[in-house]
Amino acid sequence: MSTTKPARRENPMSWRTGTGIAGRPWKGAVREYDLFKELTIGLVAAILLVLAASALFGSPDDKAVSLKSWAVAQPADFVATATAELAGTSDTAGYGPPYNSTPGATQTLGPIDLQTLAGVKLPIDTAQAFVLGPLSSLPTPPSGVATWKAASADQRTAWTDAYAQAIDKAKNHDPADVAAGDYGPVPAMMRTLTTMATQGSLDSVISAQGKFYNLDYTPAILFMGDGAYLNDLAAGLHLSGDQWGMMNETGNYPGQSWLWLFSFFYQIEPFASLPNADIVVVVLVAVLTLALMLVPFIPGLRSIPRVIPIHRLVWRDYYRRR
Amino acid sequence: MTAPTREQVAQHPADDEIEPFSTWTGRARRWMLTKLPPDKLLPESQPSYVASWIYVFGMGAIASLAVVIASGLVLSLNGPSWWHVSGLGHFVNSTHLWSVEFFFLFMVVHLWGKFWMAAWRGGRVLTWITGVLSFAVGIAAAFTGYLLQSNFESQWISFEAKDALNAAGIGAWFNVANLGQMFTWHIVLLPLGVAAIVAFHVILVRMHGVVPPLDAAESDSQLAHVKEASE
Repeated sequence: MSTTKPARRENPMSWRTGTGIAGRPWKGAVREYDLFKELTIGLVAAILLVLAASALFGSPDDKAVSLKSWAVAQPADFVATATAELAGTSDTAGYGPPYNSTPGATQTLGPIDLQTLAGVKLPIDTAQAFVLGPLSSLPTPPSGVATWKAASADQRTAWTDAYAQAIDKAKNHDPADVAAGDYGPVPAMMRTLTTMATQGSLDSVISAQGKFYNLDYTPAILFMGDGAYLNDLAAGLHLSGDQWGMMNETGNYPGQSWLWLFSFFYQIEPFASLPNADIVVVVLVAVLTLALMLVPFIPGLRSIPRVIPIHRLVWRDYYRRR
Repeated sequence: MTAPTREQVAQHPADDEIEPFSTWTGRARRWMLTKLPPDKLLPESQPSYVASWIYVFGMGAIASLAVVIASGLVLSLNGPSWWHVSGLGHFVNSTHLWSVEFFFLFMVVHLWGKFWMAAWRGGRVLTWITGVLSFAVGIAAAFTGYLLQSNFESQWISFEAKDALNAAGIGAWFNVANLGQMFTWHIVLLPLGVAAIVAFHVILVRMHGVVPPLDAAESDSQLAHVKEASE
């Protein structure tokens, strides 16, 4: 005796091939179609659109800034930042991997610490890379470098702390108006470094890092980013992270609007204030992208096109003639 | 004894039992011709329901991608500084920017269109996945392009973007402030990735055909009349 199981009803929204019309080669009415003709028309239309938009709107090109333009425009910010680099108190100095191994500086997700796992792969000693190294590259290095190197760690900290506080209290934070005090060789070193920067030699020394060829701008970008100059310029152009800066670009251009979701999370709480906001947003966007990719497998989500029947608009001719 | 022609294989895939292919190449050809015979690869007709402006956007994205690649090639052959000092260079840069903008615009409309058509139905899930994947890889490709501008914007983006990449543990290998690394990603690896995924996506579309309407039924005139005529 044989029993026949009732045929399992197929979900019309399923990704499976199934036995329905969607899973079989179309055997119904057809219309003429010319693939190459459509491709040619598409290409011509795209070229015309692009040429028209390029001629009408062009593209932005705000000139790059440099250590020179920074030191000329905002010498006080330059000196305050260089002092922090020398003292090891700048953002870069305390960043953690991949630049250094500052304890507790990494962004973690529970027990997961990808930043530490990746390790210190691009080591940067800010004092050496941004101050002592460039000063030592001069034909006659200032004597302050030797004094600094001979001093104890406590003595160095005392000098830089006192000098940083003095700059902070000075009129317009101008290093020239700093009150007298025991700052050791720091003011003289900063004067020489500022001269190097305003004359343009610091850019090449920091970027070249003692080599002829260089395509790595990591040290110069980090140094400038530690100051207020680069950040203020970006904020003025609506490029900061909390200004949807991730998707904006300079001028009135559409920018990377496709990054809207990534940028969105940096605008809202609780994400905007999280100390580990970057890793949280990265993981969140990765999960959402994966969800979009796997929509056909997700019950509920894959049925939305049936609940909101926009397909009736797309295939209105078909439905009208059925 | 003669080998089967492509047409014979396409029309009668089972004929290889009589005329077996003995080499890897022959078997690969048989597999490819079975999966994607020439009339499916380069069709001269489409189902009657393929009649909406929404179908234009997939081709629009491909056409824009061609302009992106062509303009990018001209820019890269002239080096990263050319467009800052040449009027022609700046115009080519503008065409690169706007072709990217149109590429994403068309791709997003295409993606949403396919979502509302539930275009993954009937064994087309890999077509959907490769479509979303090409969008994601395209975003990475565009992002690295913004880093190659060698102007204020690229300086700022590389400073800001490093944090998310470092937090994810990939900042040393995908170092946004390293122009050399970004050149390799932008003009070699990511364009190859986008082009390969898009090519695979198009092949899948041709293999499976365009997804039929959601409520299509055997009783629909577009199917029933043809069926009757053939009988």
